[in-house]
Amino acid sequence: MDIVIKFLVAAVGAGTPLLFGTVGEILTEKTGHLNLGVEGMMSIGACIGFMVGYYSDNFFLAILASAAAGAFGAFIYAMLTVTFMANQNVTGLTLTIFGIGFANFIGIFVLNQSPEGTLKLPANITAAMRSVSIPGLSSIPVIGPLLFSYSPFVYIGILIAVGCAWYMNHTKAGLNLKAVGENPGAADAAGIQVTRIKYINIILGGAICGIGGVYCSMIINGGVWISDNVGGLGWIAVALVIFANWQPAYAILGSFVFGALRVLKYYIPQSILPFPIAFYDMLPFLITALVLVISSMRKSGRINLPAALGQNYFREER
Amino acid sequence: MSKETESRQREPFARVIKRAEMAAGKIALLRLMAVFLSLIAGGIFIGCVGQNPFVIYGTIISGACRSVMAFQGTVKIMIPLLISSLGITLAFKMKFWNIGAEGQIIFGATCATFFALFCSGWNHVILVIVMFLAGIIGGGIWGLIPAFFKVKYNTNETLFTLMLNYIALHIVSYLRDGPWMDPGSQGFPKIARFDKNASLDKLFGVQFGWLIALILVVVVYVYMKYTKQGYEISVVGESQDTARYAGMNVRKIVLRTMFLSGGICGMAGMIQATGSDITLTSSVAGGVGFTAIIIAWLAQLNPFSILLVSFLFSVLEKGSSVVQSNYGLSTDCADVLQGIILFFILGCEFFVRYQFQFRKNTDRTDKEG
Repeated sequence: MDIVIKFLVAAVGAGTPLLFGTVGEILTEKTGHLNLGVEGMMSIGACIGFMVGYYSDNFFLAILASAAAGAFGAFIYAMLTVTFMANQNVTGLTLTIFGIGFANFIGIFVLNQSPEGTLKLPANITAAMRSVSIPGLSSIPVIGPLLFSYSPFVYIGILIAVGCAWYMNHTKAGLNLKAVGENPGAADAAGIQVTRIKYINIILGGAICGIGGVYCSMIINGGVWISDNVGGLGWIAVALVIFANWQPAYAILGSFVFGALRVLKYYIPQSILPFPIAFYDMLPFLITALVLVISSMRKSGRINLPAALGQNYFREER
Repeated sequence: MSKETESRQREPFARVIKRAEMAAGKIALLRLMAVFLSLIAGGIFIGCVGQNPFVIYGTIISGACRSVMAFQGTVKIMIPLLISSLGITLAFKMKFWNIGAEGQIIFGATCATFFALFCSGWNHVILVIVMFLAGIIGGGIWGLIPAFFKVKYNTNETLFTLMLNYIALHIVSYLRDGPWMDPGSQGFPKIARFDKNASLDKLFGVQFGWLIALILVVVVYVYMKYTKQGYEISVVGESQDTARYAGMNVRKIVLRTMFLSGGICGMAGMIQATGSDITLTSSVAGGVGFTAIIIAWLAQLNPFSILLVSFLFSVLEKGSSVVQSNYGLSTDCADVLQGIILFFILGCEFFVRYQFQFRKNTDRTDKEG
């Protein structure tokens, strides 16, 4: 029983950066823009957030900076694909290559300046991001560790996801957003400001991805800067969007399931299931590929893939 | 447009209209300007980290070409970039967004490695030919899978090829940790170095993959420009309906082209593994598949431009390793500069096809008056 709780707690932790990336990408894709730059935006967010945290020793500032950095990456993407109508796949990939390069470059640059030879987050911020401990609640058996034992990021992530679900499904702005992603021409004709909605949501999505990035740089390696700290999680997030069927609420479940897949190898003894480690690492991608194929086979109306995904909107060609 | 005044009142500050076709010279000038601007932006970035951009740019160029050995290193970087860009070009020309070059490189290399490891006793020429075929078929299969689901169920190829990258990557780490682990490595997970018989020969000090890459440039150019199949690819890319109407078998064309596209990338993997690395590692592709997409796009899918751009990118990469040792800036600098250059080119392409038309002030005074 103890090991099951430990496993679930670890799964939530491993799934949290995915949650941010997925929710951010859902918002982006709902505008009809497939941003393959999630990995890049997360990397930029990871780098800037970490550096601000390192120098300011303020948890809140670090998160804010990471969101701003992610938003900046998304802004480049939005400018190129929305206004300049550049190819979305190529722009997103470029953002990824740029973002990873930028993060690693700055990381090593700052590392070379530091007298200790390592970059470790200072004390205040380490305390702030440590797992919460609510007197009374956290010590309840089973429920305590399962619900009240995580770093603040987990709660921020769930709040953002729930907020986005509410925004997309229960507000007029959310309805407009979905209309833009389905058929920008019709949305434009109905008086919706397509360009503005695209910019706002792509940038918002980038900001959320950026926060996911700072989780990677601040939490995963125990507050020490390591190059390539996002390490492909952004790509898994792109995959998770499909798994979550473009629904932020499903993204919560999906990220924790994928988080569980990521930590599964540490909890299943080889004697019980003799699968090689590489198989567990492959599982998230294999499952996503299967989901992708099965959902395209079914072709039922339940799939939320925005109809205009990947196509730029040129007003005079609607 | 029945209510003329109403539409004028709502006319946005600037709108986008298509422009008449630009002269080739003017387009070239525009792109050169974009590259120039990107170098300035990159220079500002370098300036921000406290280095002199002119010195850094100079070091990059001289570092990549300063000696025969440095130049050989540059060519070595260029081989997989060039070949996989050519492979991607075929798919992109068809508007099939093959983001899976990375996986196709890895799987091609894996299939070739099987022969390199277990058939190393064969006659050298036969073995090399078999490894080439294995690389092509391996990469081809990896390209065929998403193509099959695309034509059959219209499965999104961008996301599917992306997933296949990681599946291929973990196949390699499985083989490395298990069945193909070097018995002489005392438990350290790595695949054995290939026998000399199973590695590619050298020509002018560099593995002869560079010659194949150069030949491939011409072959792909001729294939796309002068063959029926190449023509079919561009028709399908322009409009699948047109292709169907003209009696083309779109399914067959998509499958065939993706096999070729993946196959060429697979060959790049085989050449990288047996020519440069002389073993199979999980970083056999190492981002080449993604950079190749940037190269293909920058070169407008023209094989000869791809040759030029991939050379420049290799200079950038090789040169930035010299910058690292001389000035302590990490080689990631190359990625940052690549990104900046492409951002500018992507933006500049807009001005080739469109232009802004700004709201005329008179319109509003008319209305108000």
